[in-house]
Amino acid sequence: MARFSIALAAGTGAMLLSLALSPTRATVAAPKTHTIVIDKLKFGPVPPGLHVGDTIQWLNKDLFRHTATARDGSFNVDLPAGARGVTKLTKAGTIAFFCRYHPGMTGQLVVSK
Amino acid sequence: MTRMIAWAGAAALLAAGTVTTSYAAALNDAQIAHIAYTAGNIDIAAAKQALAKSKNAKVRDFAQEMVRDHTAVNDKALALVKKLHVTPEDNPTSKSLMDGAAAAKKRLAALNGAAFDKAYAANEVAYHKTVNGALDKTLIPNAHNAELKSLLQTGLTLFREHQAHAEHLESALK
Repeated sequence: MARFSIALAAGTGAMLLSLALSPTRATVAAPKTHTIVIDKLKFGPVPPGLHVGDTIQWLNKDLFRHTATARDGSFNVDLPAGARGVTKLTKAGTIAFFCRYHPGMTGQLVVSK
Repeated sequence: MTRMIAWAGAAALLAAGTVTTSYAAALNDAQIAHIAYTAGNIDIAAAKQALAKSKNAKVRDFAQEMVRDHTAVNDKALALVKKLHVTPEDNPTSKSLMDGAAAAKKRLAALNGAAFDKAYAANEVAYHKTVNGALDKTLIPNAHNAELKSLLQTGLTLFREHQAHAEHLESALK
């Protein structure tokens, strides 16, 4: 009986602790990695919910070498066929990007704080 | 002018719905593969000529892109025809493209510096237009094999991007 009470108390304590911590976790989201796939001379869909501190992983599944280049010059990732590259999001706002080799390939990142 | 006539001739040969319809309808996958491969090789050869002659960084970047992209497509095309046990077959359209390319190469060989750069860019615009029309109106509709059709569609998207890039290059050189 005594052992059961201790276990119960410990269990309740753990639950209270997690409740107390959960608001903190909700407000400061852990940085995420989002993948944008490139194939057949197109940038795939840009995932929603991008935040400062997150990382974009560019995955070039195409036959061709591409780049992911920001119009504002904030990033320029060289992506040989089959390669991956990353961009860390350091500022909020809308950043248009394109491929330097294939100017019809475009997209935009919408980044919130 | 010679170039324009040569490409116009190739375009006429390739255009569906003209007097060449009966020929176009008769194109088989082995001939279509040959035409697409030849079109890529012609552009690689033109780019190599540009890399040997031009000192302009924009022209050289563009030429390197042509070599890289068309080599990638042609490698894929070779792997596909091998897999399908198809032997690419020479035909009048491929010959016409080759003749046009030979005329353009000769004309460009006589030019140097900025004159060469401008002529190369203009030729690339005209050439990609011709091949885009052929892929769109003749080669893709006539291709039977689904994988070949899909590769030609990728080729068309690529050629359109190259045409846009060539047009940017041409206006940047004016």
